[in-house]
Amino acid sequence: MDNNSAAYWKATLALLTKILIVWFLVSFGAGILFAPMLNNIHLGGYPLGFWFAHQGSMYVFIACIFYYAKRMGEIDRQFDVHED
Amino acid sequence: MDLQTLTYLFVGASFSLYLGIAFWARAGSTSDFYVAGGGVHPITNGMATAADWMSAASFISMAGLIANMGYGGGLFLMGWTGGYVMLAMLLAPYLRKFGKFTVPQFIGDRFYSKTASTVAVACLLTASITYIIGQMTGVGVAFSRFLGVSNDTGIYIGMAIVFMYAVFGGMKGITYTQVAQYIVLILAYTVPAIFISLQLTGNPIPQLGLGSSIAGTDVSLLSKLNLVVTDLGFSEYTTSLPGSTLNMFVYTVSLMIGTAGLPHVIVRFFTVPTVKDARSSAGWALVFIAILYTTAPAVAAMAKMNLHATVNTAVGLEPDAQGRLVVNQEVLKSNADFYAPEASLVYEERPDWMKRWEKTGLLKFEDKNGDGRIQYYNDATKNADVKAKADAAGWKGNELTVNADIIVLANPEIALLPNWVIALVAAGGLAAALSTAAGLLLAISSAVSHDLIKTVINPNITDKGELMAGKISMAGAIVLAGYLGLNPPGFAAGTVALAFGIAGSSLFPPILMGIFSKKMNKEGAIAGMLAGLSITLFYVFAHKGIFFVKGTEFTDLIGGPNSFFGITPEAFGAIGAMVNFIVAFLVDKVTKEPPVHIQALVESVRVPRGAKAVDGAH
Repeated sequence: MDNNSAAYWKATLALLTKILIVWFLVSFGAGILFAPMLNNIHLGGYPLGFWFAHQGSMYVFIACIFYYAKRMGEIDRQFDVHED
Repeated sequence: MDLQTLTYLFVGASFSLYLGIAFWARAGSTSDFYVAGGGVHPITNGMATAADWMSAASFISMAGLIANMGYGGGLFLMGWTGGYVMLAMLLAPYLRKFGKFTVPQFIGDRFYSKTASTVAVACLLTASITYIIGQMTGVGVAFSRFLGVSNDTGIYIGMAIVFMYAVFGGMKGITYTQVAQYIVLILAYTVPAIFISLQLTGNPIPQLGLGSSIAGTDVSLLSKLNLVVTDLGFSEYTTSLPGSTLNMFVYTVSLMIGTAGLPHVIVRFFTVPTVKDARSSAGWALVFIAILYTTAPAVAAMAKMNLHATVNTAVGLEPDAQGRLVVNQEVLKSNADFYAPEASLVYEERPDWMKRWEKTGLLKFEDKNGDGRIQYYNDATKNADVKAKADAAGWKGNELTVNADIIVLANPEIALLPNWVIALVAAGGLAAALSTAAGLLLAISSAVSHDLIKTVINPNITDKGELMAGKISMAGAIVLAGYLGLNPPGFAAGTVALAFGIAGSSLFPPILMGIFSKKMNKEGAIAGMLAGLSITLFYVFAHKGIFFVKGTEFTDLIGGPNSFFGITPEAFGAIGAMVNFIVAFLVDKVTKEPPVHIQALVESVRVPRGAKAVDGAH
């Protein structure tokens, strides 16, 4: 593997890790593990932990994918491996 | 116009539309047949993926399950959407770059082994057929209720229609047909939800209505619902768990990796023009899916509220002159006594929708204490307070059983929405079930015709012969699915969750390792797939019967139901996947590493630029 593609792969993995942490925190974290604690806080009529499990995590998932698509596009161009 | 005529009209019109599109876009070459010639826009592809994805389980079954499970039902919501994040980032762009048509092809080439591809075909067929049983059951339920035919006839009609457009149209037909189906099903889901949210909370957006106060009061909908259900002995809506936190956790993992590993969803990302499009396509798919998935919890909670209010007037919603449920602020705010004798609904005065559903057997009333009124509560509760109140009121047990699967279909009837809304829901439910069935059948037929016949049995088969083999295997799969749909192992959502476990435990790990581990070899991948698939099937069959045949369960052999740390068979896919990974790594350690050209292939798959890693022509 040449230097450029090794660096590209490293940048890709760093981005994936970052997004997967967010992905894990909103669903398994806020939606499941910490839900009982978060339920003490209210968002309108929603207990917060319940809101993450039934609404919030899905909105964050969408944001995750579009952020990923955008950042990957930038990384592609930075390492000059983008499609024409 | 009466309900029956309207239903025929809506269902008939939507079907002619799908068939018309399928005819207009009929496939020419094999490439057209499998992946629509690789020229589908990301938004179009996202919408079609959404329709493909949202099956009878999502449309008909999920909200009902959430209504029953409360907070714990969120595992379906998070699991079935969270998998898209994994799919978008970990699999889709790389599989697109790889440039093959099917999942077994990828596994066969990456692991340089026809055995690996054949094992992948076996995994794919097991997962897809399990999934499709649920779909055919869903088609049967929807047809029998709305077209007034028997469940069996409903399944036969469904088989014929799926066969027509899946076989004659191929993927291209399916892609554009599915865009039409998405539009029909999303309208059918959201329109009644908007009406109901407006009636109950005054807020037309169900996602906001669920977190609002009940119309004209400052009582929040969810806190009122909590109060109603706990007072009647059910577990609190916003906190109730499915078994344990651990089970909820692994169940969610199973559904996520199943989403990422299901072949009929993955194949979608072969149909976009570029790697860049593959990335955003998953995002668009999730946007279109989330419109339904964020509405579902509102439908669930509001339908539960309406149902309780219908049979117990102390809840504080009552029918107006037209029979529509409206908020009675006085009663609602006063927290009236649910156990007062006159609070329970008199059976003879029950609304028409209950009479209609009683005929299907999915809603049953049994007057245990002989007072002619319907008492609906949890008689198995451990809450001594509830028991004492029920005893004092002379209640002799719960008298109403409501099948969870009728919630969405009955919802517009419960809220007394106009007939055209009810007809629309019928068309939507059928669109959901049929579109997924068609996508699954395509995955099955390509696995058999391409990955089995062309790759292993007869490499010299002509394009035409391959296309014919694909169509024949599709027809075979429809007949098998129809047969299993007549004798299902359970209803849609349960069966479908099992399919996710199977896909997640067998196919997800080798695909992931194929991309992210350059050194993973064929021995490791094959051993992993076999181990993951067999242990998952073993646990599932122990609970559900061997090949879902009733009476062949063997839970005693594994020490009783859910004996593995209280994990349910639907949630077991996560454990199966773990076993898959561990076995693969162990076997990989003691066997020789993959050839150099395979390692180079993995490297080339990781970067977007350049020709397809492997020539896609065939």
